[in-house]
Amino acid sequence: MGDVNQAGRARESCMAKAMSKRAHGQLIPISLTINGALSEIEVEPHELLLDVVRERLGLTGAKRSCDVQVCGACTVLLDGRPVSSCTLLAFEARGREVLTIEGLAQNGKLHPLQDAFIEHGGFQCGFCTPGMILTAKTLLDENPDPTEEEVIHFMQGNICRCTGYKKIIESITAAAKKMKKK
Amino acid sequence: MLKRFRLEEPGSVEEAAELLARYGESAKVYAGGTELLLAMKEGLIRYERLINIKQIPDLDQIKLGDGVLRIGALSTHRSLAGSAPLKERLPAFVRMEENVANIRVREVGTIGGNLCFAEPHADPGTLLLVLGAKLTAEKASARREIPIEKFFVGAYETCLEEDEILTGIEMPLAPARSSLAYLKFGYLERPSVGVAVFLALDGEGKSVTDARVAVGCVGPTPKRIEEAESLLKGKGLQDASQALGRAGEVAARASDAISDLHGSQDYKEHIVQVLLKRTFQQAYGRCQSGGESQGELHG
Repeated sequence: MGDVNQAGRARESCMAKAMSKRAHGQLIPISLTINGALSEIEVEPHELLLDVVRERLGLTGAKRSCDVQVCGACTVLLDGRPVSSCTLLAFEARGREVLTIEGLAQNGKLHPLQDAFIEHGGFQCGFCTPGMILTAKTLLDENPDPTEEEVIHFMQGNICRCTGYKKIIESITAAAKKMKKK
Repeated sequence: MLKRFRLEEPGSVEEAAELLARYGESAKVYAGGTELLLAMKEGLIRYERLINIKQIPDLDQIKLGDGVLRIGALSTHRSLAGSAPLKERLPAFVRMEENVANIRVREVGTIGGNLCFAEPHADPGTLLLVLGAKLTAEKASARREIPIEKFFVGAYETCLEEDEILTGIEMPLAPARSSLAYLKFGYLERPSVGVAVFLALDGEGKSVTDARVAVGCVGPTPKRIEEAESLLKGKGLQDASQALGRAGEVAARASDAISDLHGSQDYKEHIVQVLLKRTFQQAYGRCQSGGESQGELHG
């Protein structure tokens, strides 16, 4: 029991330190919608959206990888458009809608893109998959019937080291067909 | 990781310029942040303050009028790639914008930020050189126009004064039977070589009345290569085509190519020559296929 209390106290003091450290910086109050839910938080100017999403909101689908906007693993949608959350200041999300992969399934039902990636083997290790699927969602929202070239051009900034891309393109094309039928 | 900084959010150009004047080198203009934040994350540069100019109204407008296309400095690559007046009047510019970096960078990155950061491996500057673009820079009490060829001073260096803000870009619409092409080559995320050509033909489409050539990415700044232009200008089409090899050699030599991760100097100079031929042919093809209609500039 004593150990647990000690651990609890240590955690509290750690949090207090973190809080007091936070209090030194400029704080910007922002309200944003995350996966459909309104969230009111304070961020410091230098905080990155990826850190806020992962560390403060506990949504770990977006990954830090290249950290220079090349790979797409940290992709989230801001008002429906893909951005690199690793290089986007968190305050830029004020008043806007953020969608992460965690918010894509509706009422426990996967999005057709998620289904298609499973059916067509559009992923192996899964590290790039949240970014792939979110980017593809924007593509299909804007262009429900893309040609293969259009898929490739749109997805060019999302890197996969497993699949060789063929299965990803197949998955997106299959999802487009399925979504059109509905 | 980003070091802590303060954020200022001025509501007007005057206010932003005053902040820049007050804080000097410890502050920097921030727009899309696609270049600036990368360098700050790496710890290559540090600022105590970033001045977010995106709260200033109307700096992201794209307007057509008086034979000129005006682009606000805060226009993102995405908005430029999707702009109706640009698609109609300057399709080569749209194609260039559609292929800047990747979709996420185009979403956030601005044309003004791209020019002001003056990263050598970038596309827009090279194309703007052959367009004869003029940049508008403003500060609290003054405003001036800067011809694009005076803007880039070195790698990551422009002629902007410490308290000046780039607010817009003006591109003249070109005369009948003229066109534009830009081609780039690279195997890394950023382009390794970029070549832009502007061509105007006579009424019969048989001789080159005007030619402009620019090379970018290979050296510290994009450059107009007038010596290469003079080899093409005033020539019949056949002569101009035959002079392309020589023009390519001249352009390659004058481009100030350097050896770096993108390739050796020799290699880049070779690619410049190849791309100059292809850009010329593309521009010429577009001149023939409707560049003449209604005095539009067909890219």
